[in-house]
Amino acid sequence: MDNELTALGVIFTEFYYWLTVVLMFLIHVGFCMYEVGASRHKNHIHTLMKNTMLIPLVTITFFFFGWWIYFAFPNGPGIIGGLNSADWAEPWSPLMGAHLGGVEDPDGWSRINGVFWAAFLLFSWTAASIVSGAVIERIRSGAFWILAVAIGSFFWIIDAAWGWSADGWMVQKLGYHDAYASGVIHAIAGGFALGVLCVLGPRIGKFAADGTPRNINPRNPWLVTIGLFLIYTGFWGFYVACNIPMWDIQAGDGVFYSATNIYLAPTTLSAITFNFLMSLSGGLMAAYWISKGDAFWTYSGGLAGIIAASSGNDLYHPIQAMFIACLGVIVAYKMHYWVERKFKIDDAVGAVAVHGYAGFFGVVICGFMLWGYPSSPNPEYAHITPWGQFIGAIIMFGVLGFLPGYVISKILNAMGVLRIPAAVEIAGLDSHAADEIEADRLAVIESERAEIQSLN
Amino acid sequence: MSTGTFENWAGNIVDIGVIYPFEGSEFVLVIAGLVFWVCWHIRQMKAENAALDQQVKELSKEKLKSLDLDDLDV
Repeated sequence: MDNELTALGVIFTEFYYWLTVVLMFLIHVGFCMYEVGASRHKNHIHTLMKNTMLIPLVTITFFFFGWWIYFAFPNGPGIIGGLNSADWAEPWSPLMGAHLGGVEDPDGWSRINGVFWAAFLLFSWTAASIVSGAVIERIRSGAFWILAVAIGSFFWIIDAAWGWSADGWMVQKLGYHDAYASGVIHAIAGGFALGVLCVLGPRIGKFAADGTPRNINPRNPWLVTIGLFLIYTGFWGFYVACNIPMWDIQAGDGVFYSATNIYLAPTTLSAITFNFLMSLSGGLMAAYWISKGDAFWTYSGGLAGIIAASSGNDLYHPIQAMFIACLGVIVAYKMHYWVERKFKIDDAVGAVAVHGYAGFFGVVICGFMLWGYPSSPNPEYAHITPWGQFIGAIIMFGVLGFLPGYVISKILNAMGVLRIPAAVEIAGLDSHAADEIEADRLAVIESERAEIQSLN
Repeated sequence: MSTGTFENWAGNIVDIGVIYPFEGSEFVLVIAGLVFWVCWHIRQMKAENAALDQQVKELSKEKLKSLDLDDLDV
């Protein structure tokens, strides 16, 4: 910070990530609106609080251990090496607080640590919130919040260390490429949600006695659609946060500054803006077509379209991104109803489909589209291949997503704290609060009547 | 008396690193934070279990039958 150019670079980067955090906050506003809109009146407050309280719980745990995991786990540990040293991310590090740099911070972490931490944290909230929507109207809040911490501050950040960092072992050995997190956030969260749903079971009335699924339609379509619009808006911040705004990408002599993806390979904001909008459009158009104009699926399809193209949206042509989005939406839609019928899975908001199946598809298709591309500026790392991406998708969706979700839910279920009692589910999770509100209302009316009597 | 490690901003700014008070207490703060987090979960789950048990007691078969499900399920 001892000359204007260095200071401009550092402060621009600091502001850049800060801005992405503000934008990404809208994802969570959107998720809250979406879930409340999709739930029935008798469960509104419970649904809202379940989603809201994951914010502080994931935040503090991401401070305590999530951030450190990202920098310490790129080698596994135990897959290609041991734990990496990451003293700036340890929760007791002076650099994890208000700090001006001084002489002990030559790498500049004091200026970037908080905003970079927050950008990753907002991804953590998103991962947990994806699971939240799938399990509405029958999960206990306490159980969900344990699951939220597990996916938000532990499992997703392990996958980020492995496959979404410049030197992660999946990048080095598999050539894994997932620039805007089709697998790293969406497939893992969708897989985790599916694992939870397998244990949690469907809502009462979701399936007829013969197993035929019934629709439990969104109570408030307006809230659902505005919520999804807000998620689209926040997604801009998500995309931009996946980049490093300014990096010298020139190998050897000379310098050439560019934006890069998380692997430090060059891209431009222009490229990802083309592809974000074209994949959103492809997703909306395919979803409208396949769902015959159903509003819920059309809006969800816009999201699924972006997710399906996200792995390679730093490099695709915009029209490629559009067609990949179309295909991803068709896969997600068909898979949702097939899994629902076949396995009696009640995914209340289609989260497993939109995030899990579209994300899995996005990682795999990227292996074919970008076959032979370098996964990293490091020439010794593996190139992108279909098999590397397929193994990566299995790791994201299955190994770090489905399995932990299933196992933790089994444990919570065995402890009797996973699902709410059937009587409360029928009466509604807000029934107790509703009784109290009604008692308060009657008491006030009683007082007013007494006041009228005294006036006479 | 000062809880910080510097007394003014007028010196060489490069000599200033940490600007939060009570530097050196970080490890204790982390332990306290972890305890607070775990206790929060335990207390919340106990309270939720008790509340649900109470609701189940109040929701007798007769009360469930008397519910207007047509209104509740919208």
